[in-house]
Amino acid sequence: MISRRSLIAAIALGSPVLRLAKATPGTFMPAVTYDIGGKYDKSFNEAAWQGAERFKADSGIAYREFEITSPVQREQALRALCRRGVSIIVAIGFNQSEAVTTVCREFPDAKFTIADAIAKGPNVQSVVMREEEGSYLVGMLAAMASTGGRIGFIGGIDIPLIRRFKAGYRAGALSINPAIETVENMVGDTPTAWSDPTRGAELARAQFGRGVDVVFAAAGASGLGIYQAAKDLGKLAIGVDSNQNGIHPGTMLTSMVKHVDKVVYDSFSTARAGTWQPGVQSLGLAEGGVDWALDDNNRALITSEMEQSVRAATAEIVAGRIRVPDGS
Amino acid sequence: MDSAVLDFLAATIRIATPLMLAAMGGIISERAGVFAVGLEGMMLAGAFGAAAGTFLTGSTAIGIASSIGCGALVGLTVAVVAVRFRADQMVTGLAANALVAGLTSFLLRGVIGHGRTPVIHTALLDPWPVPGLSAIPVIGSLLFQQPPLTYLAFTATVPLYWFLVNSHAGLLLRAAGENPAAAYSVGANPAKIRTVATIAGAAITGLGGAVLVLQQVGTFSDGMTGGRGFLALAAIIVGRWMPFGTMAACLVFGAAEAMHLWVQVLGLPVSSYIVQMLPYLLALAVLAAWGRSVVMPAAIGVAYGDPDRS
Repeated sequence: MISRRSLIAAIALGSPVLRLAKATPGTFMPAVTYDIGGKYDKSFNEAAWQGAERFKADSGIAYREFEITSPVQREQALRALCRRGVSIIVAIGFNQSEAVTTVCREFPDAKFTIADAIAKGPNVQSVVMREEEGSYLVGMLAAMASTGGRIGFIGGIDIPLIRRFKAGYRAGALSINPAIETVENMVGDTPTAWSDPTRGAELARAQFGRGVDVVFAAAGASGLGIYQAAKDLGKLAIGVDSNQNGIHPGTMLTSMVKHVDKVVYDSFSTARAGTWQPGVQSLGLAEGGVDWALDDNNRALITSEMEQSVRAATAEIVAGRIRVPDGS
Repeated sequence: MDSAVLDFLAATIRIATPLMLAAMGGIISERAGVFAVGLEGMMLAGAFGAAAGTFLTGSTAIGIASSIGCGALVGLTVAVVAVRFRADQMVTGLAANALVAGLTSFLLRGVIGHGRTPVIHTALLDPWPVPGLSAIPVIGSLLFQQPPLTYLAFTATVPLYWFLVNSHAGLLLRAAGENPAAAYSVGANPAKIRTVATIAGAAITGLGGAVLVLQQVGTFSDGMTGGRGFLALAAIIVGRWMPFGTMAACLVFGAAEAMHLWVQVLGLPVSSYIVQMLPYLLALAVLAAWGRSVVMPAAIGVAYGDPDRS
């Protein structure tokens, strides 16, 4: 039987030690904390990393980073970075909102930007995306690509963030075909819903069995199973967060892209220039926060008519003439 | 038969197959007296082995072999800690699960991705239609046009049952799980039996992970087993530690999961959460109804070292 003390020692040794050098006072030192999934997740965190790298390349200023691997590290990481005197921290992902709300009070001189959630505090900038606008465009594409008049949506968990995707997607599809039917499902109700490609594939197969011929996945890594099921059964799938068209060229209709890279880049740049402002910002099509992906991998699936319709709708949304529902 | 019913049955079989292989491995380990709490980790290791082996060599056969090897390696670790050093079996199994979850994520990035998370694609195993039988209407497409590991999952129960009930080796294995001291007194080596059973069981459980990768999604992602190892563990309990009962339990669990998905997709006015709870409710009901003492291997969880060694 392992003694309790040795178990605690093992756990303590196993957790990453926060080893971060102290910044010299007066120098600009930005930082980013990635959420669970890590900076190379081919999705949300990786986009943030790309934004930080772009800032580094453009400005020559190095940044600090922390990859959170368990929920207890969220506050620890923010505190450790603040104590080292970083100028601004960009926290990636809605999971970090509570940690930011707590830690921002302890370090009133530090600046915090949180991507994808709203956190309260006088020194916090919350950047949310209008996912419904990008989802509206891919919903239009789904409706135009569908031959059977029935399209699918598979989200991770039924939360407000995912409802924005769902509401926009449905509205976009209805704008093309008022009679279209949208089958909408969630992978699950626990965090494994974001990382269960097998269940994602089964849900997609069930939808395809009910006559769905295009499915939009907003379910993290579970989407990988959904895209595979679409490929196996000769249906179409739509990727999410980053450009996932290249995963299965030929059956990936498009991807709804969120430019988290822009959040990181802009926060670092404005903080450096002294123009950074606390408060809530909302990025949609007009601000370049969301978009749809068209590249060599899906060019053959998008007709010029489809492309024109989407470009026209983009202009209408940017001009405020189309108001996209956000599911709330 | 309505195509929806056929689709539902096909989904049931797809979902039950990895559970069945994991549970068969678990039966071998538990019958020998070692709790199979590590099924989740063994399955995840098998999934990683299948993905990495197939991705790196392009051969699904090597992928299958590698999933067996990776599962067995986790079994070896558990056996060394829990059998040789007589550590608590529950803690060891849980530690193995945590270890594999971290290790597979690390290796995915370190070995295959060169520091980054790769999205890897593997070939999928093709169905092997059984000549003649696959032409039978309805049943043929459902049962006899499956990929190879599905046939293995369904047929492995027969030799496993025979081995446990009728063979001398199976008798000794069960003795190691019921009363290791008695087994020792008749010249068997319970510690060795438990070690071999844990490793062999883990190898079969690894194949359950291979099913997820090579027959279903063609990729590996972090923690992709998503609790299926624990569901297999529940199936063993419901199945009374016997192969056929456990297979039936896996099919019931598979049907419940398929039902959960179909209730959602068809938009039926039944809460999918209730349907999702059914397998666990069933496991609890079985535990409560029959009690644990009747058929559970009597010496499971009780460390038994080699008396000649210590």
